[in-house]
Amino acid sequence: MIYFDNVSKHYSDGRASGLEEITFQVDPKEFVSIVGHSGAGKTTLLKMIIAEDKPSSGSVFYESLDIHRIPRSKLPSFRRKIGTVFQDFKLLPHKTAYENVAFAMEANGRTDAEIAENVPQALALVDLEDKAFNFPHELSGGEKQRVAIARAIVNQPDIIIADEPTGNLDPIATYEVVQILRKINDLGTTVIMTTHNKGVIDEIERRVITMDEGRIIRDDASGKYVL
Amino acid sequence: MLTGLRRIVRAGFVGFWRNAYVSLASVFVMTVALFVIGMTMFVDELLTTSLNTIQSKVDINVYFVPDASIDEIDRIRSSVAALPDVEAVTYTSREDALEEYRARNQDNEIALQALEELNENPLGATIAIQAKETSQYERVAQYLDEQKAQEEVGAPVIDVINFNRNKDSIDTLTAIINAVERSSFVVLIVLLIAATLITFNTIRLAIYTSREEIAIMRLVGASNMFIRGPFMLQGVMYGFLAGLLTLALFYPILIWIGPETAAFFEINLLDYYLENFREIFGIIVGIGVVLGLFSSTLAIARYLRT
Repeated sequence: MIYFDNVSKHYSDGRASGLEEITFQVDPKEFVSIVGHSGAGKTTLLKMIIAEDKPSSGSVFYESLDIHRIPRSKLPSFRRKIGTVFQDFKLLPHKTAYENVAFAMEANGRTDAEIAENVPQALALVDLEDKAFNFPHELSGGEKQRVAIARAIVNQPDIIIADEPTGNLDPIATYEVVQILRKINDLGTTVIMTTHNKGVIDEIERRVITMDEGRIIRDDASGKYVL
Repeated sequence: MLTGLRRIVRAGFVGFWRNAYVSLASVFVMTVALFVIGMTMFVDELLTTSLNTIQSKVDINVYFVPDASIDEIDRIRSSVAALPDVEAVTYTSREDALEEYRARNQDNEIALQALEELNENPLGATIAIQAKETSQYERVAQYLDEQKAQEEVGAPVIDVINFNRNKDSIDTLTAIINAVERSSFVVLIVLLIAATLITFNTIRLAIYTSREEIAIMRLVGASNMFIRGPFMLQGVMYGFLAGLLTLALFYPILIWIGPETAAFFEINLLDYYLENFREIFGIIVGIGVVLGLFSSTLAIARYLRT
């Protein structure tokens, strides 16, 4: 589904960590965790998948599509196939939880009827029906991240990219978020997550890719956090 | 498509209200810019009107000798009126000329007494000739000079043709007004550029406060038009409101200075404003809307680069 072919990335100004000859494949319905120290290149790797950044050499494929050869005008429709979740949530502060989720559907050009039907479903999946009309500043970190997950899944993407989704959360909220991601994965969506939380990895018991200094140093089918 | 448009419009209005202070600042800055542009337009109108007034006051006066025969005067009068360059010919008879003189010198005892001393009317008939264009006076004057030259010696009809005496001052005045009009055009261009830059920067600032929102929109796969649309609409709204505000500002100001301009330039700017309101509305609000749209489109562009 996602295929990295000998991808390298070098930043001349050192503002982000680069990648060295990365090759790996993610199959449909997989749950892949990418672990590594800060600066190992985890975030750079995810940015390649959503076409936020271009590789210096090599290619990244989504199915048979070379992601970095998608014309600029087609990028929005490509990005709609991918749901994204970030450490800092990236919610629109002037919109309620409901509106934040609905916005992703509006941007997608969905009808009002579809929005009215799907947004409550997505909020129910992350167990936030009762907070639908609260603004982000009225929610806890865990609740904000669940809103972000609801937004990521509401367009029924093929794949969810989660960059340190539990990085700002306390242990209980972390547990809830991981459970939700697993539930989404069980429902058939591919999940690629970066983290450096050992507990999270050990609990999921799925494939773990370990990175260091821009290289993949381990790739275990049912991994433990080893560094 | 229609749903998308509706959402863009709604997002535009919501954005306008949620950033009320930034919106207000942008509207005020644009108002100042439009106000200056409007003022320049009014000044230009004043100058154009006064040029026209002065030009319409230019005429050629032909003074006939007092004992010129009516037939001769009529002949010259109709031949001049038949010239293609001539707009109008006004005839003043000897009697009328006397009446005018009396009326003009009502309070001047000496002048009236002097008139009494003479037993007959010392004034000749006159005709005043107006050409269609200032530049055509030259030809009319030439024609009259020829007429005068053809007169029989000892029996003159035309006494004085007074065009040549005014010619220099008319030319000078025309040159001055043209120069002023030309420089006011340059000033208008410079002001327009300044207004565009100021407006552009203000709107850029307004959009800068939304940069994170724009990044999030891109992340959830919003198309460029979906992101850009609300901001462009806001730019149009700024311009439209600033235009209305400018027009509203002009009204009391023109009530105040209208009588002054009427006295000095012979045009009441308030009347001009009210008579041409539709046109002025179109220009001021139009410039505002175009300026707002142009500035916001330019300002948002840098946040949409991939």
